[in-house]
Amino acid sequence: MSVNVRIPTILRTYTDGKSEVSAEGANLGEVLADLERNHQGIGARVLDDTGKLRRFVNVYVNDDDVRFAEGLATQTPDGAGVSIIPAVAGG
Amino acid sequence: MAVHTASTSADPSGTTDSRVDLGPAAALSCRECGERIPLGPHFACTACFGPLEIAYELPDGDPEGLRKRIEAGPNNIWRYAELLPVPAGVADTPNLNPGFTKLVRAENLARELGVTGELHIKDDSGNPTHSFKDRVVAIAVQAARAFGFTTLSCSSTGNLAGAVGAAAARAGLRSCVFIPHDLEQGKVVMAAVYGGELVGIEGNYDDVNRFCSELIGDPIGENWGFVNVNLRPYYAEGSKTLAYEICEQLGWRLPDQLVVPIASGSQLTKIDKGLRELIALGLVEDRPYKIFGAQAEGCSPVSQAYKNGHDVVRPVRPSTIAKSLAIGNPADGPYVLDIARRTGGAVEDVNDEQVVDAIKLLARTEGIFAETAGGVTVGVTRKLIESGALDPTLTTVVLNTGDGLKTLDAVAPTSQATAIIRPNLDSFREAGLA
Repeated sequence: MSVNVRIPTILRTYTDGKSEVSAEGANLGEVLADLERNHQGIGARVLDDTGKLRRFVNVYVNDDDVRFAEGLATQTPDGAGVSIIPAVAGG
Repeated sequence: MAVHTASTSADPSGTTDSRVDLGPAAALSCRECGERIPLGPHFACTACFGPLEIAYELPDGDPEGLRKRIEAGPNNIWRYAELLPVPAGVADTPNLNPGFTKLVRAENLARELGVTGELHIKDDSGNPTHSFKDRVVAIAVQAARAFGFTTLSCSSTGNLAGAVGAAAARAGLRSCVFIPHDLEQGKVVMAAVYGGELVGIEGNYDDVNRFCSELIGDPIGENWGFVNVNLRPYYAEGSKTLAYEICEQLGWRLPDQLVVPIASGSQLTKIDKGLRELIALGLVEDRPYKIFGAQAEGCSPVSQAYKNGHDVVRPVRPSTIAKSLAIGNPADGPYVLDIARRTGGAVEDVNDEQVVDAIKLLARTEGIFAETAGGVTVGVTRKLIESGALDPTLTTVVLNTGDGLKTLDAVAPTSQATAIIRPNLDSFREAGLA
């Protein structure tokens, strides 16, 4: 499964400045592992020491926040868009 | 130690260091891992994605002198400029001069709620655009100027959009703000009237926030200062002024208990920060205080986490009339939990019916017409008193953060004319009003 991953500005040092890269994987965990293989170091920015999503990172598969879905087990269909976004407050 | 260049957006000034004059603000530091980086338009730590906040070099050693300088200052938030990330001449710049709103001794409400101690309402509906958001935006405008941004923007549940539009108009900046498309009409009009661009997004606040976060990483967002995204560390500090004012208005005294609304949770965390700063500076006595958080049941992820004993907040999809608090994924939620537990407070929620009842209770007893967020804090105060969590014999301050005229829909169905009569006394008598 090939998906498009949108990269936030603070992680673009790992992707040669690219705001979007492609990655392979049937679910989010596999996509992030593939991302790490091709852009070494990026995984540790998104996942904590125990392999969970960091609490101030929001990840969307298409329009769905993966915390409402299956987290790292969320399916990533072919052609899906994955967005990694730092959490921000607002109001 | 490595210094991370946590650039989260274009920095048109190319400056992220000591050339930026934001008064006592010394650096940005990560609230999660403690990493420090130079001042700049950044909001997330590159090391761990944690939120950045301002680290200060605050005045030291002369609390009496500082107190006198504050008391001699203008009747707005700039009297506390020495404690905020703003340049020394901030009061002379074109801005809305928000703050120093009324602290109302609520004796009628106290009687109604069975409170025997002091009960006060901090009524922030008195700000220029009728919500506390003028405080935070005023600080963000100074940061936007310092970093050379030419467009002021935000994601908003309504109040912030109006505050940004007005502040940008006064400061001579362009504004373009983003809101959920289905907000209350009062807030839409209030945001649009200042002449900036107002964009409705088909989705809820969390969808708007996500859109803005992506926009900021795109070349389109270059030169844009998003007050609650890339200027968020500065913006958020404006809420400290609520703590400063409450203590000064109480005669330089800490309240025993505060009831604060929770949307993102930022305001509550900064009120706590402000109180701790006043203690550290020697401006108030160092003694315990409790902070209580208030949410609407239809969007209560922090309250649910508190009640379940969790340290993390599971996002929810909001469904409540308290739209200004309808943030389903509150970024500062974990910090709110820490503060409520550390201070011995709590986080509680009330349903929409209780929100409406509380709005009318406050209006009926104190002549203060609060927006739905004020109904949430007053309703939660009542609930906390009934449960015994809040001590009615102590000094309590309840926040009203916005004006009821912005959320008329909430109370309109049950707040109509008592009678429609012909213009004569007989008709008045017939209506049973004589």
